[in-house]
Amino acid sequence: MNADLLQTLRLADPRLSRFDPLRRILCFDDFDRGYCGWTQLVGNYEHSLDAMLPGYAQHTQAMLSTLPTWDFGSHGGVDGSYALKLASRPRRGAQNVTLKRLTFRDRGPIRVEFYFTFKPEASEMRLSEADVRSFGFLYDLQGGDTDPDNDRVMPHFRFLNALDGVHLQKWQFKRRTKHFHPIGTDNKTVSHYHLSPEDWEDLPGGHQRLCYNEIPTKVNWHYACLDFDLATMTATGLRCNDRQFDLTGFESIHIPAMRNLWCMLNLCFFVETDVDKRAFLYLDSLCLSADF
Amino acid sequence: MLRENHTAVIARNELWQGSSATEPHEAGWAIEALIFVRALAIDGPLTPVPVSVQVSADGMRWVDEGTRFELPRTIEADSWARIRHFGNWLRLSADLPAGLTMKVLVTLHLK
Repeated sequence: MNADLLQTLRLADPRLSRFDPLRRILCFDDFDRGYCGWTQLVGNYEHSLDAMLPGYAQHTQAMLSTLPTWDFGSHGGVDGSYALKLASRPRRGAQNVTLKRLTFRDRGPIRVEFYFTFKPEASEMRLSEADVRSFGFLYDLQGGDTDPDNDRVMPHFRFLNALDGVHLQKWQFKRRTKHFHPIGTDNKTVSHYHLSPEDWEDLPGGHQRLCYNEIPTKVNWHYACLDFDLATMTATGLRCNDRQFDLTGFESIHIPAMRNLWCMLNLCFFVETDVDKRAFLYLDSLCLSADF
Repeated sequence: MLRENHTAVIARNELWQGSSATEPHEAGWAIEALIFVRALAIDGPLTPVPVSVQVSADGMRWVDEGTRFELPRTIEADSWARIRHFGNWLRLSADLPAGLTMKVLVTLHLK
């Protein structure tokens, strides 16, 4: 099928016309259709759940939400009633992660596009615009078992909304992770908490003021798009609404390949609170596509 | 289209002591739920401890739904209940007596 016809067909489909996918759609997740394979990130353990690192032990299940509010009821999504909701616990610095676990079959360009919004729990009648510390997303990737370059590569992005009450509103990335902890006694499992608060760096030119609206219960949906090349394991483009960011200075976390993660293509979203109040990240829909 | 059927682990290895509850869970798309509590560890004098299903208008203010059962009395045991007409929000709440702690695994089956 030629590219013009493919583009015309997609533009004629109201479900897809708000996305710009590459040639092949790997998954189109509209949370009006259910969870679409998005689950919670459980930490590694062996013999006992007590072995799980605390950063992972705090994670809970994402929910299908109508974005209900105490003051005007359900908000709803972009084109339906439901969105995927990721909620932190009500403890300053608490995080939560949801992910989708795939593998890849072609090491070429991939693109993830998604519609999102974020808010703190509306437990106070004040603007609360600096209560969500951050939300972000990452890939967890590893080359194939016969590839010459098969590092585990983890490109991390976050929008640092606020820190210690200061409204910062900037995109950041991370190129270092914490040290690995052995898990259990069989010498087969390790764990590292790559979402620890340390080692985030500002993306040059990455300040962006997003639409928060005027009370803590009103939300507006945003568009974001990340381009990544699995052939070179490099991020090639980041867009959020009307802004395209320069990724010249961007680097992913690189760690040695692990024994059982070949061709892994995991996509994660996370949220973090800056106060003793739950922080919510909502995904209305997501499209992951590849150029093959 | 097949009906949605979802298993949600809403508390995993969480230490309950004193007044304890699961994190709020939205499940307004479902019309029925089973809720299971499994005791992973118990410490202290064990007495029958009632646990209550709670519902909420907004996910912040909670009231008893009316379903009550007991926490498990032995490690690895499960207790459970059926729930209907819960609106949107669900959580499980218990008041453990002084000196008793329990690590719980709480699972929802929703459809």
